[in-house]
Amino acid sequence: MPQGAVSVFTGRSVRTRPMTTIPAGSTADAPARSAPGPARGRARSLTGRHAAEGAIKSALITCAAFSIFTTFAIIVVLGTETIAFFRRDEVSLREFFFSLQWSPLLGAEKHFGIWPLVCGTLLVTGVAMIVAIPLGLMTAVFLSEYAPRRVRAILKPILEVLAGVPTVVYGFFALTVITPVLRHLHGEFDVYNVFSAGLAVGIMCLPIVCSISEDALQAVPRSLREGAYGLGGTKFDVSVRVVVPSALSGIVAASLLAVARAVGETMIVALAAGNLARLTLDVRDQAQTMTAYMVQIFLGDVSNFGVEYLSSYAVAAMLFVLTLIVTLLGYRIRATFREEYE
Amino acid sequence: MTGSPPYASRRGPNEYPARSAGRRALSNRIFTVVCWIVAAASIVLLAILLITIARQGWAHLNLGFLRNVPSRNPAEAGLGPAMWGSVWVCAVCGLVALPLGVGTAIFLEEYKPRSRVVRKLHAFVQLNIANLAGVPSIVYGIIGLTVFVQAFDLFGNANEPRFEIGSVWYDQFIDESGQYLSVSIDGRSAPPAELRDGMAATDDFGHPVAIRVVSRDESTGETGQVLAGSEPFRFVEKSWYYLQLPFGRGVLAGGLTLMLVILPIVIISSQEALRAVPNSLRESALGMGATKWQMVWRMTLPAAVPGIMTGAILAMSRAIGEAAPILILAGIVFITFTPHHLMDDFTAMPLQVYDWASRPQDTFHEVAATGIIVLLAVLLTFNAAAVFIRQKFQKPLS
Repeated sequence: MPQGAVSVFTGRSVRTRPMTTIPAGSTADAPARSAPGPARGRARSLTGRHAAEGAIKSALITCAAFSIFTTFAIIVVLGTETIAFFRRDEVSLREFFFSLQWSPLLGAEKHFGIWPLVCGTLLVTGVAMIVAIPLGLMTAVFLSEYAPRRVRAILKPILEVLAGVPTVVYGFFALTVITPVLRHLHGEFDVYNVFSAGLAVGIMCLPIVCSISEDALQAVPRSLREGAYGLGGTKFDVSVRVVVPSALSGIVAASLLAVARAVGETMIVALAAGNLARLTLDVRDQAQTMTAYMVQIFLGDVSNFGVEYLSSYAVAAMLFVLTLIVTLLGYRIRATFREEYE
Repeated sequence: MTGSPPYASRRGPNEYPARSAGRRALSNRIFTVVCWIVAAASIVLLAILLITIARQGWAHLNLGFLRNVPSRNPAEAGLGPAMWGSVWVCAVCGLVALPLGVGTAIFLEEYKPRSRVVRKLHAFVQLNIANLAGVPSIVYGIIGLTVFVQAFDLFGNANEPRFEIGSVWYDQFIDESGQYLSVSIDGRSAPPAELRDGMAATDDFGHPVAIRVVSRDESTGETGQVLAGSEPFRFVEKSWYYLQLPFGRGVLAGGLTLMLVILPIVIISSQEALRAVPNSLRESALGMGATKWQMVWRMTLPAAVPGIMTGAILAMSRAIGEAAPILILAGIVFITFTPHHLMDDFTAMPLQVYDWASRPQDTFHEVAATGIIVLLAVLLTFNAAAVFIRQKFQKPLS
């Protein structure tokens, strides 16, 4: 064993190590050797250092494990309570998935068919996506391809502010501004209606679609654009026929992320979409989404052990599974279809 | 040479219809205009949003609004307790989420594993975080309610916790001079104190008093005389470090739930900040003989701090504006005080705004708009701070 290694394991100062490993034949003479000067501070043992490193690493692993634990907690809590829900005599899995009526609070006979809630959620999400995806994508194309630097410097912070506005504010906006305007334009709109809530959710999702799509557009290498220009393409040709298709996986992922946000959005629909669970396709009517139902249950005077209370866990589980599928799909698409340039 | 050259398209030249240059120029121009309009639309949207809210809420905006407690009378209603509630909850949230999030990010970015199995585990943690970021915040509310507020009912009801520290329980008697005499007892579930002569008690000012049991005839109205057969009232004093299990619908439960909501955001933004640190810095640190943690602590982290701070501030502004999980957890309660300890009931700004906005009266909508102005002012300050830090400190390192 070389001399230097032994000195390390006998706990001698770490600082002495370079000096002991200077080859014998080196031209370093005595004054050069003393150049580093005496070691400042106390020498620390390497074993202690190793122990500290190990402790820090395990602390970091604990941090990372916490996120796994969170997922685990979500699955356990939603799972056990949902099972407890289906154990009740009033409900059955068949009713939950095949009945078309959701009326846990009204009437003598309670019905637990999830579809009206899913329908409300999908309606709001649909309206929101019709607003958010085209507008967000076009804004992204504009920011990435068209905007002069100064316009970009204004538009980017504005989009960030829009992204930072709390959803309860959008809900208030839908209730007090969008709905009255809609009712003014067309008398058939209900005070609470899906369309107004959907528009607000769409405005909320717009910055999400925009910023992630823009990242994807920016990742398309210059050479592709230059090639397209070289072939005589106009700016429209280049951005719509070359850049957007090249960034499609990122754009789809952005849209799916926005869908997940819209499905899980709570405050806007709780304020503006109403509380009537029914199967409808009319966006002028009110409808109840899954999230709005949960708010209704937890704000109302429902017993902690009643079947209605448990039903909200089943709805939450459904919501979790829905968003999980959408998120994983987005992750998958981004990972699989991403075109690696360079 | 036979056959077609390898680069020839299968389609003949005439199968791509030639588009006239004029038409292409036209579509280009139309698209440009549409793009400008769409981009302007988002500015107009933000303007409409701000103007309508300012117009509705301007009238109520004054110092009293910031100090007052919620009230049935819209003119007197204020945001005081909600603001302090938000401060408490977000402080808890930030104090827990920041170390946890940055720690996770460091582990994921700096401690890249070499073996295949551990690398799989790494990828799983990464996927898991992306997935957690997509979970609706209301689901976190339900989880917080079950795990933090009720603790799976393992420690009894939240209103009668099986474990508590920092609380002193008293039974109080009213004496003949009208003062409350407090007799210290063992705890929440102790039997009611039995009245007897010479019992040690303290009066309203904390002075020790010996109780004398008297009948109505003997009473002279002096301090310390208590009528025979008086029933005690139970009373509890909670200190600032009062802690109970389960947490109940208090500040701690609310803060931890919000922490769950923003944790993925903190992790992802910290990871991006760490990833932006050039590898040459790491290599130079390792080359100088630094250990891994020395490298992280002295090289990577300082270089990534501006990015981490920006992400953390944006995450905190998300926490301040988040209403759904707290709504599930704490409900709409009429609270007129600021929290004193981590288990105290609370309400938060977005919750109060929701409460006002969901009422049918127009005047309450105006108050809600005023609340929104305050909320947006706080959030804009946070956003501005984030932008400032990004502009000021984020230098390109490579």
